[in-house]
Amino acid sequence: MAAGGGPSPDVYFPRGGPGDPKLPPTGDRRSKIFGGGDPSARNVWVAVASTLLFFGIIAILIVRSPGWPEVKQQFFNAQEFKESFPLILRKFVRNIFIFCIAEVLVLTFALVLAVLRSLPGPVFTPLRILSAAYTDLFRGLPTILVILLLGYGMPALNLQGVPDSDFLWAIVALTLVYSAYVAEVYRAGIQSVHPSQSAAARSLGLTRLQSMRYVVLPQAIRRVIPPLLNDFIGLQKDSALVYVLGVVESLSQATIIQSGDFNFTPLIALSLIYVVITIPQARFVDRMIARDQRRRQAGGDL
Amino acid sequence: MTESIRIDGLHKSFGDLEVLKGIDLVVDTHEVVCLIGASGSGKSTLLRCINLLEPIDAGHIAIDGIEITGRGVDVDAVRRRIGIVFQAFNLFPHMTVLRNVALSPEKVQKLSRRVADDGARELLSRFGLGDKADDYPDRLSGGQQQRVAIVRALAMKPDILLLDEVTSALDPVLVAEVLDAIRELAEQGMTMVIATHEMGFAKDVANDVAFLHEGRILEEGPPSTIFSEPTNPETRIFLDRIIAAGRM
Repeated sequence: MAAGGGPSPDVYFPRGGPGDPKLPPTGDRRSKIFGGGDPSARNVWVAVASTLLFFGIIAILIVRSPGWPEVKQQFFNAQEFKESFPLILRKFVRNIFIFCIAEVLVLTFALVLAVLRSLPGPVFTPLRILSAAYTDLFRGLPTILVILLLGYGMPALNLQGVPDSDFLWAIVALTLVYSAYVAEVYRAGIQSVHPSQSAAARSLGLTRLQSMRYVVLPQAIRRVIPPLLNDFIGLQKDSALVYVLGVVESLSQATIIQSGDFNFTPLIALSLIYVVITIPQARFVDRMIARDQRRRQAGGDL
Repeated sequence: MTESIRIDGLHKSFGDLEVLKGIDLVVDTHEVVCLIGASGSGKSTLLRCINLLEPIDAGHIAIDGIEITGRGVDVDAVRRRIGIVFQAFNLFPHMTVLRNVALSPEKVQKLSRRVADDGARELLSRFGLGDKADDYPDRLSGGQQQRVAIVRALAMKPDILLLDEVTSALDPVLVAEVLDAIRELAEQGMTMVIATHEMGFAKDVANDVAFLHEGRILEEGPPSTIFSEPTNPETRIFLDRIIAAGRM
């Protein structure tokens, strides 16, 4: 800030330690430099300046690197982008189809898993074990492995009535893996509802399932919507993994163009699509979390 | 008078901690029994056992002469006949007051939603809560919330109402409205077991007062006897403390 300051009597103050009483408060001096007394406006200016400076330096470093012309040609080719983008976007519809179906299936299947795992009493021990084993297994397996195993394994069985559509098995694989994660999210939500709530429900004569359905789950699900959406963003990105089965979706379309034209711009184009659909969702999740926090601080329970 | 609740030799432990060490208690129909005693003496646990919210370790509980603690008892059916109101209200925060009250008539008694809602509205109005029906519980004062909890328990038309320190979580100024509601129920002949620290109220409303100490009923009798001429030294110590604390 000394560099930005004009001639000012402040500069001639003796430099002391942080506690030097003669050192004027830095805030005063800065407000003189920017000519305004509003600290929030000043903060905005500082933020904008430092951001521009930071990214400007990085951009200059990249653009001035010896390999930049080559990289620009290979990855950021405007002509290539214009030609490949519509093709990739059209195939991206398939990804949307895949993850939308998977999301609906995950929401239901994971809920069943979570409810099974939350059933109290010794009678339900086998169901609890089953649900826990499932979650452990599918959280431990890399998604791409499950996709490969199901996509190649199931059709190879040649079972009567088992379809050999790799498209279908890709959806099944994503559903299996993400249900394990989402079941844990649900379960955390169920456990966050105080036991006195189900005690109150049971004391009114509601059965275990009714108390789960009408009292516990509505409160639990409301609390876990933000982490749930987070997992869905992950699922949407992982819909690209199904390309290993040869399903023609956006990523395989992009790689086809890339290897045909010897140019990586199609991959950049696809990256752009993913970023554009996930960022709004991420911001939405942030806003929901912030809203929840405000409510909790306000004392409400919901 | 007929017997409504009969408890014989009730034992209940949580792990190594024995909370109830052999409770015998009889409550007649239309009778109000107040349980008094220090915190941790077992009052709440006793109420939760009567409602089968806690499994018991030994002993018997019979309602209207039918044992409810044996095998093969329809727990939900028993609970339908016994309402309980908790210290912390335990209203369902995601439902309006009306839905809180109408939920179990609709889902358990299988009434149509309209009939259940109409019944709930009527009951709420009777307890001065008619204008709160469409509010969510967190918009209500503690006293109003606890009255809603009482109404919710009454909506199942229980034969017996258990009240577990229902005024302990309330501002002193809100206690009266809740106690008045309970008093009204007593006048209408509701059979009630009330765990309470409000000695004045117990004196006023109870037919019988039972003093619990470390998991046993040390003394039981009409309030006039218990409060003025307690025979057990522990009862005397407890009541002296209550008086010293200015609560009686």
